[in-house]
Amino acid sequence: MEKLIEKLKVEIIETLNLEDMEPDDIDAKEPLFGEGLGLDSIDALELIVLLEKEYGIKIQNPKDGQKVFFSLETMAKFIKENQK
Amino acid sequence: MNKLFINKYCHIKNNKVFVDGELVFSNEEADSIKSFAKSLYRHLKPSYNKFFKMDEISKLGFLAAEVLLKDYDFSVYDEEDISIVLSNSHSTLLTDKKHQKTIDDNSNFFPSPSVFVYTLPNIMIGEISIRHKLRGENAFFIVENFNADLITNHINNLFLTHKSNAFVGGWVNQSENDFEAFLYFTSGKGDKGHNTNEINRLYNLIP
Repeated sequence: MEKLIEKLKVEIIETLNLEDMEPDDIDAKEPLFGEGLGLDSIDALELIVLLEKEYGIKIQNPKDGQKVFFSLETMAKFIKENQK
Repeated sequence: MNKLFINKYCHIKNNKVFVDGELVFSNEEADSIKSFAKSLYRHLKPSYNKFFKMDEISKLGFLAAEVLLKDYDFSVYDEEDISIVLSNSHSTLLTDKKHQKTIDDNSNFFPSPSVFVYTLPNIMIGEISIRHKLRGENAFFIVENFNADLITNHINNLFLTHKSNAFVGGWVNQSENDFEAFLYFTSGKGDKGHNTNEINRLYNLIP
């Protein structure tokens, strides 16, 4: 799980163009939206694409998004549970 | 007040930034719009994280507007009193191509939402307007070459029909090999008349 979280940090920084941010700056338990990283709705769409493209996982129910993308930790857990 | 005057202008060309004809920044080593924009952002320090999410042409327009408007006191105008009229020849072609690449292959079809949202030049106007709270009229024209007549006529019409009293006008273009931004601020105060000849003269000062 730790390895996956570190991988996700690098992917998120690159995909979301989080300039000036290093993987160590991201707290895996910190909220991704609102406070914390302060991501926006377009970032949310990018995260959905990232899950599908890199991990082959589709979010079937849009309502799940809020839980899945709460933090890096919840995202990693979701990937672990759903990756084939 | 029935005439417009040019208050200030900014020209970004050949990796240099000029304000009212004076060189204020240059980065001869930058080999792309990306590296030039990053260095100019670092120089201006606007502390605006959304900058890094913009496409390259929006970054260019944003920075030109930052140079032009950063010390400007807008308090004399109502928020809806400032309009913006821009133009270019390549629209958002490079961003369009970037988006096209993500949808070319059916077996690898992953369009990026953050790329797609910038596939219109009006988005650049939106980014500038959000940053500087410009809530008047806006228009973006695609023309073959810089056309001072088109911009000045459109702005003068908006002014004469009482749509706005102050305007940002100009040209922001990015092609495969080059990039350029020429922005000016015009209002009822000043000594340089807002007309085609003067805009052409100022635009051509930087060869």
